[in-house]
Amino acid sequence: MSAQPYDVVVVGGGNAALSAALTARASGASVVVLESAPRHFRGGNSRHTRNLRVAHDAPTDVLAGAYGEDEFWSDLLRVSGSTNETLARLVIGQSKGCPDWMRRYGVRFQGAPRGTLHLGRTNAFFLGGGKALMNSYYAAADRMGVEVLYDAQVEQMEMEGGRFTAAVTRARDQARVVRGRAVVLASGGFESNIAWLREAWGPAADNFIIRGTPFNTGRVLRLMLDAGAQPVGDAKACHAVAVDARAPRFDGGIVTRLDSVPLGIVVNALGQRFSDEGEDFWPRRYAIWGSLIAQQPGQIAYSIIDSKVVGRFMPSVFPPLVAASIRELAGAIGVPAEALDATIDTLNRAVRPGTFDHQALDDCRTEGLNPPKTHWAQAIDTPPFRAYPLRPGITFTYLGLTVNERAQVMMSDGAPAENIYAAGEIMAGNILRRGYVAGVGMTIGTVFGRIAGEGAAGHADV
Amino acid sequence: MTVCNSCRYCEQYCPVFPAMERRLTFSDADLAYLANLCHNCGECLYACQYAPPHEFGIDVPRTLAELRLLSYEEDCWPRPLAQAFRRQGRSTAIALALGFTAILFAASALLNPAALLSGRSDADFYAVVPHGVMVGLFGAVGGFVLLALGWSVRGFWRRLSPEGSPPLTARAVGRAVGDALTLRHLHASGPDCVSAEEVRSPWRRWSHHATLGGFFLCFASTSVAAIYHGVFGWEAPHAYTSLPVVLGTAGGLGLVAGPAGQWWQRRRRDPALADPAQQGLDESLLLLLWLTSVTGLLLLVLRTQPIMGPLLLIHLGVVLALFVTLPYGKFVHGLYRLAALVKDAAERAASDSV
Repeated sequence: MSAQPYDVVVVGGGNAALSAALTARASGASVVVLESAPRHFRGGNSRHTRNLRVAHDAPTDVLAGAYGEDEFWSDLLRVSGSTNETLARLVIGQSKGCPDWMRRYGVRFQGAPRGTLHLGRTNAFFLGGGKALMNSYYAAADRMGVEVLYDAQVEQMEMEGGRFTAAVTRARDQARVVRGRAVVLASGGFESNIAWLREAWGPAADNFIIRGTPFNTGRVLRLMLDAGAQPVGDAKACHAVAVDARAPRFDGGIVTRLDSVPLGIVVNALGQRFSDEGEDFWPRRYAIWGSLIAQQPGQIAYSIIDSKVVGRFMPSVFPPLVAASIRELAGAIGVPAEALDATIDTLNRAVRPGTFDHQALDDCRTEGLNPPKTHWAQAIDTPPFRAYPLRPGITFTYLGLTVNERAQVMMSDGAPAENIYAAGEIMAGNILRRGYVAGVGMTIGTVFGRIAGEGAAGHADV
Repeated sequence: MTVCNSCRYCEQYCPVFPAMERRLTFSDADLAYLANLCHNCGECLYACQYAPPHEFGIDVPRTLAELRLLSYEEDCWPRPLAQAFRRQGRSTAIALALGFTAILFAASALLNPAALLSGRSDADFYAVVPHGVMVGLFGAVGGFVLLALGWSVRGFWRRLSPEGSPPLTARAVGRAVGDALTLRHLHASGPDCVSAEEVRSPWRRWSHHATLGGFFLCFASTSVAAIYHGVFGWEAPHAYTSLPVVLGTAGGLGLVAGPAGQWWQRRRRDPALADPAQQGLDESLLLLLWLTSVTGLLLLVLRTQPIMGPLLLIHLGVVLALFVTLPYGKFVHGLYRLAALVKDAAERAASDSV
């Protein structure tokens, strides 16, 4: 630790953290990255991501068609409801330069797809996904002389007169004081801190599955809130989807999601339906199913389909429970057989004739059913029947630190902390209050990581 | 495989993942196909969020390497020799080469002792081993090798192509041969393949090119020499500037540099990318190719020296060892992979036209 104090201390090890570290190092600052995970699990939730959302006026080699800033803005507003417009517009405007900037550090992208119907128009996909992205960033950091400490969990933030002076980390029971002229907080949310989730959700939190890293404990977020930083967002606000209940408690990532919901029905542990499974295309709706299931008894639900729709959704990693009759299936999943039988029977009688098309908002709907199923409603009558157990899967949380457009953390007295910056999930709540648009988290992380890195490097002793 | 198929982040690295996505379930034949389509570039291990020590413990390059070996054994002809794949190693390669050399020495000592010991300086190979004997011996061994390889690959291909498979077209075959010769999928996602996380280098690819090119040139050299002998009556030894010697020398140099380069690359590659059980299988082929070319080149340079006779027998012993292990060693990977590439090209053509 001869280089102390560092010009810039970066807390965290994901996309936002490395964007800040690389930017600060490129401006000549000495930089240390404190990553709480061991090397193999470095990268926070970024290791589970796949793309970032980028505004662009014309097709590029990695993006199809055009995606204007205004369209990006309205997509964001539609899901979030409210936002900090200045910060959101900043992210959208600067998203344009992100792919080229990322490439400078060895990041590779997939080629632009041919069609313009899907995510390839709005999102640039990392070749190999987020872990490959993080590998490129860490290799670049190594080449450039950024120091990276793994297993380095920050336990204390030392401040003097509102200024950051040092972070106290603990790695393998060794406390270590890392001093710096500025700090970038990019340590993610608190979704893997079950005790904190329980404060917001009650005992239901014990049945949540955490899709990402177990290292997002929110420790630094809590330290800053206790030190008088201005919070943003609600503790209960999170991105929670329906995942297979058999997923590992942490780090199951993308393969635990289940896309069968709109093709059948979803029942709770009592064998009853509780929401319209066919309200809209699954990618637009799946983000609400996490909270829907969180409100059901035992936080468990079952997606039930018949053999007609097998092969019409992305294969899932866990095999379905299969049975020749509905009653047998009820036994397999442990819900009351009479209740499930009645639910299916009621559905089958409520289904109106229509032309089934799982790729369009078709006209297959129910009549007189409560709750209704407004699209893709078909009788569940063709054995064998299949069930997938579902639980809420939390992707990330929105409660965070308020920042200004220079990425400085705002304190409760309304003034920015001079040398404390924040980027990524820890401040994404400024822009997203609820809901989610695919890839925007990585855009926020990259844009604010760069802004924070630039600002923090400005405190360097030159 | 089910983890890969519900993740799909790797789909643009190489054709293995799109081929996976064209299937919902995987038969043994599908797995053999995917395994042989893989060129072991290694990218997907480092990109995988489920790679060890994650509890899912996904290591696609190693898993496919293990499946490749199973596919070599499954389609091996004659079947009882399938166990040879697991016995290949540096010591068996050397033992075979020494054994064949010893037999040749013994036969010469019994049948033609004068030629071996006379210290000839006229480079007359056929005085040591008569032309008829050489043609007969290598013709018989070569014929068996071709039969065994052909029958094995036929079995593999039939397994890969059940009823209803996309039709085979000349275009698909052409594309597959092009892909095989350029090793396109070894670096499908960029200029080079990886030897460790974020470490990419062209040397593995160039070494393989040198080995394969050297092999073809040596084959061409032998073929030209056979035509010279049979059609024109021009017998060996040929001048340094003659076509067979020029081809053979170039090929020999390729087969010295190529296998040595591949050996060196293997040693510095991340072991997680390979199946440790196959080290002997891989290295025995490299060793025999290298010994063949080294003894061949020595023979060329020293052919007018008294040591020519013994050297010729050593070279022939090594070549015999190489030949008999071809159908039961790493050599088969080229043919199986070519078959997998043909199938992939046919499948892609069929799905593009839908």
